[in-house]
Amino acid sequence: MARRQKKTDVVIVGLGWTGSILGIELANAGLKVLALERGADRDMIQNLAYPKMIDELKYGVRHGLMLRPADSTVTIRHSLRDTALPYRSLGSFLPGNGVGGAGVHWNGHTWRALPEELRLKTYVLEKFGASVIPAGMTIEDWGVTYEELEPHFERFEYVCGISGRAGNLGGSTQAGGNPFEGPRKRDYPLPPLPTLLNGKIFGDAAKAMGYHPFPLPAANLSDAYTNEYGMQLGPCNFCGFCERFGCIGYSKSSPQTCILGALKRKSNFSYQTRSEVLRVELASDRRTATGVTYIDEKGEEIFQPADLVILAAYQFHNVHLLLLSGIGRPYVAETGEGVVGKNYAYQMTGGTSLFFKDLNFNPFVGAGSSAMVIDNFSVGQIDFGKEGFIGGSYISSGQFNGQPIRSMALPSGTPTWGAGWKKGIRDWYGHSMSIGSHGSNMSYRDCYLDLDPTYRNKHGQPMLRMTFDWKPNDIRMTQFMRSKVESIAKFLNPTSWVSGYKGDSSHYDVRPYQTTHTVGGAIMGIDPTKSAVNRYLQTWDVHNVFVMGASAFPQNLQYNPTGTVGALAYWSAHAIKHDYLRNPRPLA
Amino acid sequence: MRALVRIIGGLIVLVIVILLGLMLMPMHRTAAVTNLPAGYEPPAGAGERVAIAADCAACHTAPGGKPFAGGRVVETPIGRIYASNITPDRKTGIGNYTLDDFRAALYDGLRRDGVHLYPAMPYPSYRKMTEEDVRALYGYFMNELAPVEASVPETRLAFPFNQRWGIRLWDWASLPPAGFRPYMRSAKLDRGAYLVEALAHCGSCHTPRNGLTFAEKGYESRSADFLTGGVIGAWPAPDLRARDSAAQRWSDEQLAALLASGRNETAGVSGEMALAVEHSLQHLPKSDMEAIVSYLKAIKQDRPIADASAPRSTPAPTAQQLASASPQLGLGARLYLDNCNACHFATGKGAKNVFPNLDGNAVVTAKQPGGLISLILNGDAIPSTSERPERLVMPGFGWRLNDDEVAALATFVRQSWSNAAPAVTTADVAKLRGAVNTTPW
Repeated sequence: MARRQKKTDVVIVGLGWTGSILGIELANAGLKVLALERGADRDMIQNLAYPKMIDELKYGVRHGLMLRPADSTVTIRHSLRDTALPYRSLGSFLPGNGVGGAGVHWNGHTWRALPEELRLKTYVLEKFGASVIPAGMTIEDWGVTYEELEPHFERFEYVCGISGRAGNLGGSTQAGGNPFEGPRKRDYPLPPLPTLLNGKIFGDAAKAMGYHPFPLPAANLSDAYTNEYGMQLGPCNFCGFCERFGCIGYSKSSPQTCILGALKRKSNFSYQTRSEVLRVELASDRRTATGVTYIDEKGEEIFQPADLVILAAYQFHNVHLLLLSGIGRPYVAETGEGVVGKNYAYQMTGGTSLFFKDLNFNPFVGAGSSAMVIDNFSVGQIDFGKEGFIGGSYISSGQFNGQPIRSMALPSGTPTWGAGWKKGIRDWYGHSMSIGSHGSNMSYRDCYLDLDPTYRNKHGQPMLRMTFDWKPNDIRMTQFMRSKVESIAKFLNPTSWVSGYKGDSSHYDVRPYQTTHTVGGAIMGIDPTKSAVNRYLQTWDVHNVFVMGASAFPQNLQYNPTGTVGALAYWSAHAIKHDYLRNPRPLA
Repeated sequence: MRALVRIIGGLIVLVIVILLGLMLMPMHRTAAVTNLPAGYEPPAGAGERVAIAADCAACHTAPGGKPFAGGRVVETPIGRIYASNITPDRKTGIGNYTLDDFRAALYDGLRRDGVHLYPAMPYPSYRKMTEEDVRALYGYFMNELAPVEASVPETRLAFPFNQRWGIRLWDWASLPPAGFRPYMRSAKLDRGAYLVEALAHCGSCHTPRNGLTFAEKGYESRSADFLTGGVIGAWPAPDLRARDSAAQRWSDEQLAALLASGRNETAGVSGEMALAVEHSLQHLPKSDMEAIVSYLKAIKQDRPIADASAPRSTPAPTAQQLASASPQLGLGARLYLDNCNACHFATGKGAKNVFPNLDGNAVVTAKQPGGLISLILNGDAIPSTSERPERLVMPGFGWRLNDDEVAALATFVRQSWSNAAPAVTTADVAKLRGAVNTTPW
C-alpha cells in the first residue's frame, strides 16, 4: 500500500517547459503546486558550468542529458504485422530528462504553427476536396484556431526573448520576415541573430531565385533581455554548443533561464526530483482523478493526492501514463476506434551538404538557431492536388556548430576511415554548408501508440509500443523538397554536393538521429470520439486531468514544435485559471 | 640609581594598577538615548523591519542554518570570529537578556556577562540606533522569533587578541556618541543617513580603518573619510563618495537597481555585498531605498577616486586586439578569450543587467586586487532577488588555471580597455588560492 502524502492543489508530472509554465501560472493564481520530476535536478551552473558542458563526447555522443533507455524506453515496429522491439540505443529521437526537460538541450528554433496547419483537415477539404486525402490518412483539425492561439504564441515568445523578424504584422507584410506566417500583433522581442556566411549566400541565392529568405526565429538571444517574470538572459556568443547541451551562458531560452528561478522563490511551489509517476489515480466513478502514485528515489511507492493533475511529461510518456491509468479509451488500429494512442506522427527531414573548395565557413562559430530560411514551400503555399501530397517544409541553411565528432560533412567518395578519411577531414573541414528540408508528417490509421503485449519496464508495467513507418504521401513531399533544395544548391555552384532524402523504398530507421519531434497519441480536438483531449487540453473523460505538450498535435507540423507547445500551455493555463478553477467541470 | 629604581618600580605598579582597573572595573553601559513613555509599544512589524535593515541575518544566520541561530564564521584580520545565537533560547541564545542587556550589546558591544564583543559586531554603527528601534528589535527577537537551541563554537583568537578587556581601550578611543541626531537638509536625507550610518552599517566595510586600532575613520558623512573605501577580507569595498566612483557616476535608478536587485546595467554585486542584498537591501521599502540613494548622492566629494586606479585618458584598443585572435596575443589575452570572452565579450562590456561590465569596474581596477582574484578563482553569484529572481552565477576558474595564469588574466583585465590598474603577481594569487572558499556553486 502506497504511503499517502499531504494533499496539494495541483500536481504536475514533469518539470520541463510545459511543467514550468503551468507551475508558475497556477502558483501565481495562488494554488499550492507540486511538480514531480523523474530525472535529476539541473541547476544552470552546477551542471551546466562553463566550460565543462562543452564536451561533445559526453553530451553530444553519449547523450549525457537524455533519458537512459534502461530507465525508460518504447518498443517500435513498422506495421501491425510485426513484433515490436525495445529502442535500446538512442538514435532517431532523444527524450530529455531532468529538470528543464528537453528545454535544456534544444537548439532553440521557435516557430508558430501556420493558421492552415491548425485547421488542416478543413483547409484540405475546402481547398482541394476529399479526393486528395489518401486512404488511411487520419488528419484532423486541432480544435483551436491560430487567432485564438495568437496571444499565447506571443506570450511564449516574450517569455523566451525570441530573436527574429516579423513577416506579417497584423496582415501587413514586412520586408525581411516570413511573408507566409500567420499575422502577429507584435514583432519579436529581439532583433534577429547576426547572419553567418552560409546564411548569407543561401539568402542571396534564394532572393535571386524569387524566394523570400528570413532569419530563423531563435531562442538564442541576440541581446540582453528581461522577461515578464524578471528572469534575465544574455546575448549568445555563438559557441556552437546548443543542441544536446545546456547553455553555458544564460543565452538560450530554457525553463531554467526563463521561469524556474522565479518559480522556485514562490512558497506555494515545490518540486521533487527522482520521482517517477507510475499512474494517475481515479475516483471510483472514474470521472475525476484523486492524485498520482509515484516512486521516489529510494523506490518507495507514494500516493500524492491533488485536486488537479497536469501531465507535462515528454510526448509519449504522457500517452503512456494515460494508457496505464485507464483515462480515455485506448485506440485500436484494427477498428480505428478509441482515442488514446491515436495519430502518432514524426517528422520528415532531408538535407543536402554543399562543399566549396574556396569558401571557409568557420563552423566553430555557430548557434542552435543561426539559420536563414525560406517558407515558399510551406503547407499553406503548396497545391496539394497538383503535387500529389499533403504537407510542406521549411527550407533552411543553418550553421549550428562545428563539433569535431559529429559535424564532419565529407564529399561523397571520401573513405570513411584511415589515411584517406584524415585527408578528407583536412581538405574539407570548414568548407561545407548544408541546406535542409524540415517537413510535416501526416497521421495515419496504422501509425499509433499502445501498450506492448510483450515487454515490461523496470516497474513491471507494460512498455509503450510505437507502430510507425513512412508513407508515400510524405515520401513524395520530401522528394518534392529535394528538387527545390537541389535547385538552390546548383544555383550556388559548389565544388560538389551530396543529398540525403527518404525515397520510395525508405522505411523508418531508428538508428540515425532525425528529429525529437515526436507528436500525437493524446490529440486535441472538438469531437470526443476522435480526440483524447478537448481544445483546452483537458481529458474528455476525467475533467481534472490536463495533458500538455506535443502529444496533442493531431498530425505533425512542418515546424519545430516548441513554439506551439508553449502557446498551447499558456492557452490551457489561461482556461484553467479563468474558467476551470471557478467551476471545475468539463470545459467542452 | 636608587631613585631610578624607585621611579621604574613606581611606574610598574602604576601600570599594574591601571591594567587591573581596566580588567576589573565594572563596565559602563550607555543609557537609553530617549525616555519613552511607560507602556510604549513599538508599531507592529517594526522589529522585523529593523532586523532586516540592520542585516542581522548576514552574520547571525549560518549558510543553511536556522535563522539567527548563529554559527557563521566571520573572517577578520585577527582570526575567525563566530557569530552568536541571537534567538530567544535561554541556554544558547539571548533568552535571558533584559532590554538593558540587549541595548548594551547594540550600543556598547557588551555581552550580558560583561564580556566584550569583538567589533566584528558593528556596535559602533548600531550605537546610533534610536531607542524606538532598539525596543522594536528587542521585541522582535524576544517575542516574534522561536528559540533555537544551538551552541556556537567559542571564538578563540591568538594572544593578545584573546584578552578581551583590551577592547575597552579600543572602545574608549573609537566609539562615537550614542543615538542619531538628524543633521542633513531634509527628513528624507536624514532617513538615508540613519539607514546607512546606523542600521545598514555600510561603513563597516566601505570606510577605511586606521592602521593602529583598525577602527573606522569616521561614522557619519560629516567625517571626510566616511565611506571612502575599505576592505573586507581580500575584497575591496569601493569608495562611494568620489565624483568618479561608480556610486556617484550611476543614475539614481541604476544605483537603486544595484542595491535592490543585486544588479544594474553595468554591474553586479559580489562578495559580502551579495549577502547584504540577499538578506537586507532587497527587502527595504521603496521609500527607504530612495532615501539611501538620495543620501549617497548628497555626500559626494569632489575628488578623484581613492581606492582604485584612474581610467586611461585614451582607452587601449583591446577589443580589436582580441578580435584579431592572433596567435601572438599574450597569455592574459588568450586566457581572456578562452575563459571570459563568452560572457564579457571582446569589448569587456558584458551585457546590460546580466553580464557585468569589466571596463571601469570598481572590483577590477581596485587598488586591492583580492576581489578580482577571488572572483576568477572561485566565481561568485548575484543573488536571486524578488525583482530579479535569476541567480546569475559566474563559475570559478581556479580548477583550470594555475596561479601564473590567474595573475596574467587578472593583470590583463586590469590593464585593458580604459582600465589602468597595477599588475597582479603570482604571489598575490597564491595567497588567496585555498583561502576560505566561499564558492557559491
